[in-house]
Amino acid sequence: MDHPILHIIPALPLSAVLVSLLVGDRLGKRGTTVLACGSVLAAFGFALQAVLHLASLPEDSRSFTELVYTWMSVGDFKVDVSFLMDPLSAVMVLVVTGVGSLIHIYATGYMSHDPSYRRFFMYLNLFMFSMLTLVLADNYLLMFVGWEGVGLCSYLLIGFWYERPAASQAGKKAFIVNRIGDFGFMLGMFMLVVATGSLDYERVFQAAPHVFVAGGTAITLATLLMFLGATGKSAQIPLFTWLPDAMEGPTPVSALIHAATMVTAGVYMLARSHVLFELAPTTMEVVALIGAMTALLAATIGLAQNDIKRVLAYSTVSQLGYMFMACGVGAFGAGIFHVMTHAFFKALLFLGAGSVIHAMSDEQDMRRMGGLAGKLPYTHGTMLIATLAIAGVPFLSGFFSKDEILHASFASGHLGVWLAGVVGAAMTAFYMTRLYVLTFRGPSRLSHEAEHHLHESPFSMTVPLVILAFLSIVGGYVGMPFQEGGHAFERWLHPVMAAGGHAGEHHEVSRLVEWGLIVLSVGAGAFGIFMALRSYLWTPAIATSLRERFSGVHRLFENKWWVDEFYDAVVVKPFMGISRWLWRFWDVKIVDGLVNGVGYSLEAGSAILKLFQTGFVGTYALWITLGVIALFLHFLR
Amino acid sequence: MIPLNWLISLSAIVFCIGVVGVLVRRNALVIFMSVELMLNAANLAFVSFASHLKSLDGQVFVFFVMTVAAAEVAIGLAIIVHLFRLRETVFVDEIHLLKG
Repeated sequence: MDHPILHIIPALPLSAVLVSLLVGDRLGKRGTTVLACGSVLAAFGFALQAVLHLASLPEDSRSFTELVYTWMSVGDFKVDVSFLMDPLSAVMVLVVTGVGSLIHIYATGYMSHDPSYRRFFMYLNLFMFSMLTLVLADNYLLMFVGWEGVGLCSYLLIGFWYERPAASQAGKKAFIVNRIGDFGFMLGMFMLVVATGSLDYERVFQAAPHVFVAGGTAITLATLLMFLGATGKSAQIPLFTWLPDAMEGPTPVSALIHAATMVTAGVYMLARSHVLFELAPTTMEVVALIGAMTALLAATIGLAQNDIKRVLAYSTVSQLGYMFMACGVGAFGAGIFHVMTHAFFKALLFLGAGSVIHAMSDEQDMRRMGGLAGKLPYTHGTMLIATLAIAGVPFLSGFFSKDEILHASFASGHLGVWLAGVVGAAMTAFYMTRLYVLTFRGPSRLSHEAEHHLHESPFSMTVPLVILAFLSIVGGYVGMPFQEGGHAFERWLHPVMAAGGHAGEHHEVSRLVEWGLIVLSVGAGAFGIFMALRSYLWTPAIATSLRERFSGVHRLFENKWWVDEFYDAVVVKPFMGISRWLWRFWDVKIVDGLVNGVGYSLEAGSAILKLFQTGFVGTYALWITLGVIALFLHFLR
Repeated sequence: MIPLNWLISLSAIVFCIGVVGVLVRRNALVIFMSVELMLNAANLAFVSFASHLKSLDGQVFVFFVMTVAAAEVAIGLAIIVHLFRLRETVFVDEIHLLKG
């Protein structure tokens, strides 16, 4: 059977990078724009074609792979560079290329004044290549290649404005924190190789139920290590601290990498490996717990931040927590659903925030904004839609996916997780409304200078906003609840999720309870919105008095629970101390001492020996004679 | 016939004169001549033993030594002449550049 070619999807952005590298600055700005956006748009086209072909296949054989070449073959162990298209990777590929294209177009406007325009798009295209490799890979090792690739691009793009110390620091932090997670992922992969002898998804998943005891130590450890990798990439407790700092990068980067695509790689990995995770109930509990804790913790921090991008960053961490909650309670499909809707509205929020920042001449503090609604009509309208979507207002995309996660956690009996989700939803609604009100409503708090420069963004920026806003509205309708045999999105993912045999099991709750849950979560969202409107728009005095009454709590939230300071004291400082000791004592004294010592002793030895080499021929002749006499005496004794 | 001991003693004396000449003289040409003395002392010892033992081996050796000595003189004199052109001296204690 003829399948559409898959390798061209990641190959297109990669070739754009290579062309850009070869041609160099002769490419020009227009050339860069056409090349970068064109390659990603073309990749989207090819992805769409592949997905349409996939949809035309019968449900039980709805996946196909394409072998590009065999990467390594060592005895029985074989790794291919081959790509897999199945319903799960289809969703991811469409989100990555679709949202990616929009963000590329947006970036042509946002970065238009930057002197390193070409370098920016080269990194962005390299990111697209890595991310597409990650989601299209058909084995863990190739996925890991993409995994590391996106980490590298994340580092490069966070530190894009490398002349700013904060940016290069944030880049390093992101990279190092991610390495910790990657290490766990690698160990997890090693355990899989040892147990199953392969890294191919198909072979691993087939072998796993036979070689692992369900709930045993081996599988629990392996999945926990893989989850550690996911916490690094997807910014969960304990490795979430890099994501808020990553906001030092240009805003389109925050939207693409640190909201819509890369950070969801962890969720994708979990969903991809659901067969393994379902064998380890303990890991699942840990995942659900970590997800719920992260969702709550990040939401509380989001309540008290004043930097518009930081609020969104913590919101992203919190929403990623929801996705892990879903995976932890066994609703991997719901997690991926939230990945998709979140990609739409969070990308929109970041791009909108970027548009605001662009208009405000690089001001990011919400306390110096306000009243922008009339000045930035497109930005305002689309941001409002995204805010409502993430707050869980009914009939917008965020409502469907978040509700499904809450429903799944309630139905599977994780009441604590469910409660955390509901409270988190209320807080999400609160801080998002707060962001909206502080930015667009109320009196203008702009400086005179900023007021003067205020302008709506160009079309290249507003058009992606409008498209994303449209997607944020309708994106959830594929997951309409109350349908026989699950909704469309669930049925689409069914071939993947049924593979383990477990995922089919549905915790049914009665219609009445389901309605009750929806009312509760909508009520929580509405409460959050109402409280935010009341304390920031209608009577701003309330916000001040609340802040004073709960000053301790406020300080806790504002200072991010002092997690960074804690890590600094517990991990970074001792580590630096040890490193300094290794440098000043071990390296300088011992290692250098040994090397220099060899030199010094040789020098001292030669200082004695060189006394014999006088340069006078007579002396040498004397020594020779003495030597001959000595031999003479020795042999004729 | 002259006793072997006398011949060997003469050879030893000539050899020692050569050695002392090499050690105490400063002129490279004289040192060279002293080396020739040592070689010829060895030749004398060879022929003495050859005649004493009624064997031709020692005499053959002498021819080899003479050949080598001739070659050595040719090269050595060339070096000394060249040295004189460069430094205008043949006194070896004035030539001591190569040292530690």
